[in-house]
Amino acid sequence: MLKVPYVTGYLTERFADDDFATLEGYERAGGYRAARKALTEMAPADVIELVKGSGLQGRGGAGFSAGLKWSFMPTDTDQPKYLVCNADESEPGSFKDRILLERGAHQMLEGILIAAWATGAEKTFIYIRGEYAHPARELQRCVDEAYAKRYLGENVMGTGFRHDVVVTRGAGAYICGEETGLLESLEGKKGQPRKKPPFPAQYGAFGMPTTVNNVETFSHVPHIVERGADWFRGIGTEKSPGNTVFGVSGHVERPGLYELPLGTRLDEIIFEHAGGVPNGRKVKGVIPGGMSMPILPAGQLDVPMANEALRERKTMLGTGGIMVMDDTTCMVRVACVITYFFRDESCGQCTQCREGTGWLNKIVNRIERGAGEPEDLAILVDIAGKMEGQTICAFADAAAWPVQGLMRHFRADFEAHIEHKKCPFSESFAL
Amino acid sequence: MISEQARARIDEAISKLPARRGALLPALHIVQEELGHISPETARELGELFEIHPVEVMEVVSFYNMFYAEPQSRHHVYVCTNLPCSLRGARVLYEQLEAHLEVDENGNTADGRIHLGHEECLGACAYAPMMRVDDRYCEDLDLDKAKRALEELE
Repeated sequence: MLKVPYVTGYLTERFADDDFATLEGYERAGGYRAARKALTEMAPADVIELVKGSGLQGRGGAGFSAGLKWSFMPTDTDQPKYLVCNADESEPGSFKDRILLERGAHQMLEGILIAAWATGAEKTFIYIRGEYAHPARELQRCVDEAYAKRYLGENVMGTGFRHDVVVTRGAGAYICGEETGLLESLEGKKGQPRKKPPFPAQYGAFGMPTTVNNVETFSHVPHIVERGADWFRGIGTEKSPGNTVFGVSGHVERPGLYELPLGTRLDEIIFEHAGGVPNGRKVKGVIPGGMSMPILPAGQLDVPMANEALRERKTMLGTGGIMVMDDTTCMVRVACVITYFFRDESCGQCTQCREGTGWLNKIVNRIERGAGEPEDLAILVDIAGKMEGQTICAFADAAAWPVQGLMRHFRADFEAHIEHKKCPFSESFAL
Repeated sequence: MISEQARARIDEAISKLPARRGALLPALHIVQEELGHISPETARELGELFEIHPVEVMEVVSFYNMFYAEPQSRHHVYVCTNLPCSLRGARVLYEQLEAHLEVDENGNTADGRIHLGHEECLGACAYAPMMRVDDRYCEDLDLDKAKRALEELE
């Protein structure tokens, strides 16, 4: 049973209500008013300006300005233009898009419709991860409802605008969350990311101008159109406006989703909202934004959850997936789990990534077994450094950063393994 | 052989996309639902349908975890062993289930009923430990609850 967020806001406040998941119920709650407003009262360029002015940052991990991204779509082309909704949520620690799809699909579809109007896109491909079978069925049901009501298809809302939505399922490859890996997969190929440039706005899905946005990013858009950029900018921080849906997992009393303004302090989320660490334990470290993001030690939890503040601590907001580890946790085991994941999911096209992810995993496994050598630590840092920024996509960086973070803050854990020739953390989670 | 019904669904998927090849993943899902895996014979049929070499079909099959080139047990059970689940005991549960079903790592029960494996993050981090049973999620598990979910499988 999927639980609705413990703390809700404008995105999720009606998610407990089954009615909200139907088109009629969504409309009763004011849904599709914003799309009607955009399509009948606003010029596409004005919608883009509005979203740009709102400061909405993409919620898929990179945090790029959504309005600016939309403005990259060519206006002087005869080619068909497309949108892609990235619903391939696979970043470990992230589980927000799942509920936004299961309980808020119409909200997202309304955002898609507004973005389509703004960018002149004729079609949206929603790429949903293969394992999300239930959310995909819910989403398809909502798409069908929208077609039946003529909110999709020919002559949307009687405006003459045409927009189609196609739901397509992935098949279990993390790399397809990378936007050009996703585009390759959408085209029926292996999901190996493309070299950029050209960027998707020039050469995207099926070679056509394309904008790719995350599920949550689209979900904010109707609220911005309805209530304005100033309202949106009044929430969160100056540089990172709006709410986001944080996912809290690991060693906390109340793991779950929490919709809160960007800039909410990490320690507030963990201790006040998620109830702190069970069994009288203390926090040892926290991964603040999905597994690709470097860990923070217990002493650095007073940080606002916004990129401008997190960057100063050498980490990032990512997807807002917060993983809490208590003081029994062996950080070498954490490294084993993380490096295994990246080794397993590397698409294999760049040498630095294909080989580097395997080497990192092999070395941390050796250290955990008690067979590590003192020079292994320098080798880890060296390999991670040589993966970063050297490959076609950001996957290699995402594989290198967590290792760098662990070495920065928990080097002592690694050294203790090497010195004692075994794992000294007997109470840690099992591998 | 790809059935007429499957073929009709594949044609529908093709009609929604700007290029034929785009429907290859949907087609693989559809065919696999019916036949359980993608055999060399199926790859040949799909190759003809999509005007590509069968090896290109198999290249796609082998890239994605959810497509299978070999015959499968009747049910797939995957325990998530990524970090948020491991922190909450997923690997202990996985080993207990291996013992319960008497299978090795990534193994199959002798009666061909269940394949038990582990999988990377399934997007259920707050409801750990959890497992995917075919296309269903079983969450907030303990050993008893997991065993009961397995017993329901035919």
